[in-house]
Amino acid sequence: MSMLPSKMIRSTPALSRNIWPLSKSKAYSTEATFETKPYKLHRLESGPSTTVTCNKEDALHMYRQMQAIRRLETSASNLYKEKAVRGFCHLYSGQEACAVGMRKAMSDVDTIITAYRTFGNCDQVPLGAGLGFAHKYKGDGGINISLYGDGAANQGQIFEAYNMAKLWNLPCIFVCENNGYGMGTSAERASANVNYYTRGDTVPGIWVDGMDVLAVREATRFAKQMCTDGQGPVLMETATYRYSGHSMSDPGTSYRTREEIQEVRQSRDPITSFKDKIINAGLTTAEELKSIDNEVRVEVDKATKDAKADGEISLEEIAADIYALNLEGPVRGIVSGDSFKHINIGPQVNRK
Amino acid sequence: MWSNVTPRCVQCIKNKSVVRQLHKTSLKGLCFNPLPVSNRTPTAVGSLQKRISSVLQQWTRSYSAHFTYVPDTVPSSEGETVRMNLFQAVNNAMDIALASDPTAIIFGEDVAFGGVFRCTLNLQDKHGKDRVFNTPLCEQGIAGFGIGAAVAGATVIAEMQFADYIFPAFDQIVNEAAKFRYRCGNQFDCGKLTFRAPCGAVGHGALYHSQSPEAYFAHTPGLKIVMPRGAVKAKGLLLSCIRSNDPCIFFEPKILYRSAVEQVPTRDYELPIGKADILLEGENVTLLGWGTQVHVLREVAQLAQDRLNVTCEVIDLVTIQPWDRETIFNSVTKTGRLVIAHEAPLNCGLGAEIAASVQKECFLNLEAPIQRVTGHDTPFPHVFEPFYIPDKWRCLEAVRVAVEF
Repeated sequence: MSMLPSKMIRSTPALSRNIWPLSKSKAYSTEATFETKPYKLHRLESGPSTTVTCNKEDALHMYRQMQAIRRLETSASNLYKEKAVRGFCHLYSGQEACAVGMRKAMSDVDTIITAYRTFGNCDQVPLGAGLGFAHKYKGDGGINISLYGDGAANQGQIFEAYNMAKLWNLPCIFVCENNGYGMGTSAERASANVNYYTRGDTVPGIWVDGMDVLAVREATRFAKQMCTDGQGPVLMETATYRYSGHSMSDPGTSYRTREEIQEVRQSRDPITSFKDKIINAGLTTAEELKSIDNEVRVEVDKATKDAKADGEISLEEIAADIYALNLEGPVRGIVSGDSFKHINIGPQVNRK
Repeated sequence: MWSNVTPRCVQCIKNKSVVRQLHKTSLKGLCFNPLPVSNRTPTAVGSLQKRISSVLQQWTRSYSAHFTYVPDTVPSSEGETVRMNLFQAVNNAMDIALASDPTAIIFGEDVAFGGVFRCTLNLQDKHGKDRVFNTPLCEQGIAGFGIGAAVAGATVIAEMQFADYIFPAFDQIVNEAAKFRYRCGNQFDCGKLTFRAPCGAVGHGALYHSQSPEAYFAHTPGLKIVMPRGAVKAKGLLLSCIRSNDPCIFFEPKILYRSAVEQVPTRDYELPIGKADILLEGENVTLLGWGTQVHVLREVAQLAQDRLNVTCEVIDLVTIQPWDRETIFNSVTKTGRLVIAHEAPLNCGLGAEIAASVQKECFLNLEAPIQRVTGHDTPFPHVFEPFYIPDKWRCLEAVRVAVEF
């Protein structure tokens, strides 16, 4: 659903906690090395390493997060279908490795900006350049990641952002999550150049297998290092796939075949392929992953149940948490002279 | 439809008990005349919340429309008619435009497949891939491309998938399309250019699929802006826009695409741009709206007759720019009272311009301050849509205020 990627980056304790039964694990290896698909490079002498290492803790953490996203998306889809939630629902299923891999390479000071399922709108990309500028101006060592999709990649604003970021050398990673399809049409039908990683002209670009969480993590680390070395911005294209339609009103089958979706699920699924990889490397066992699956299922089911059973918020919360620190006095209502008292309830995450 | 709401709910609203309660509280998106927070007792607030949520549930669960559609009828002299809804009428108009004008082309996001609202269904099959084609997702590009094609001699029908997404094209429309003829001293023009854009509330569209941006464009000299209330009007007006010698924006209230069903003449016909329609004659109050709102106002006129014993003159403005000043001024001169209702927000909505013009031209005829019933000055809400739109009860209240002034 719309807000999931941005929620993921907050790394809620429940999702980031690594609960696995240590007692059950045998003396398996604690670190393993994997080969990624080759990266494609634009205006770069050398790219991220295709040999990547991953320890057991990180492997299980990333596996858990990807499963949590998949579960959560399924739950959101069901809630939408039963009309328990309304509005618009754009599912992320199939693209989990992108969010989790990027997040794993980010530090706490880094920022990320997206729209629903990271694409559709691209209005957030110029904002990302602004965030990158803020990191540079403040000298906090952070970088910004701006996400958009292949559908939005043809809007002019994106190119304005590339240019500003390159002109001012901003610590920005522009990430095009290319899931192959805009709202109702394939990338090939909408873009003259589908090599999105090359479309920043003077901005160096990296193509990465977006179905491989380790490759995404490695490429993000590389791009982040470039940014912190003052060589930003960088454009990164993650080649991925969405299983569902653009939104719930799009069955997602009129512009591609069911066989194609099935083929990706069977051969390239980011979760299944990662699972096989870490079991084969001896980092974990099928049983251990099964228990994570169960924990995630219980967690998401409980969250779903709690959400359904939750009561309405009180009237006092009408003007709650609009500002981390309210300096404005009363908050205006919809007719003149109408105002509400501002209160803070949740954590004031933007208040330093 | 109101018939989808339970009888209890209707009764509740008829009694205005909920509305009265709303006057006494301040729920976000619901407030009319609130008391300060300190005057609310927790129990009253709790029970009110329950009642509001029950009404909300009833409204939202059924996606019930807030109006009763009143179809237009055409005299038999119009010739053969076919039953069409609004999207079919739009489709039919474009079909005729393509068939009768070899330079006519249609493009936009997904239009080759019929578009998200099916308005361009089968047009590519019928008229060819070189005349009906998809563009990438790039509204500014679509607009600029359309202007260029029109300047070069094509009759251009460009679709913006949603009026909410017309804003990236704002610069091209305002600074290029609207000023083209002026800028080059009439050596060139892009008059054969029409933008179509689905607009307005639809029951569940929320902030990015519900807006009515007509006032932004009404502020720009050089554009014609039209919004039909039904299928018959849509066909004739769209053909007029397509053939007009000025760039036009044709806003289609998307809630009417399927619900607005009428017997539409099959022949090629045009309806005048800049001419308002008096749908119902009355003596006491002029009710002015456009698009979907016209149907709300028809019902308000009946309610005003039944409950307040006043007769209302209902006018569909039809054309937002240039708007029919004469018809409005004449009506207000007669009735002395004007209620303007539109879905777009209050601040700088078209109602403001009309109110200012009417008070200047009809000052001595006015019996009451001009009333505006509009969306609120907030983003378009999702579940609170029923409280955002200028529904018949808010309009009826405005009639009462005008009459009792």
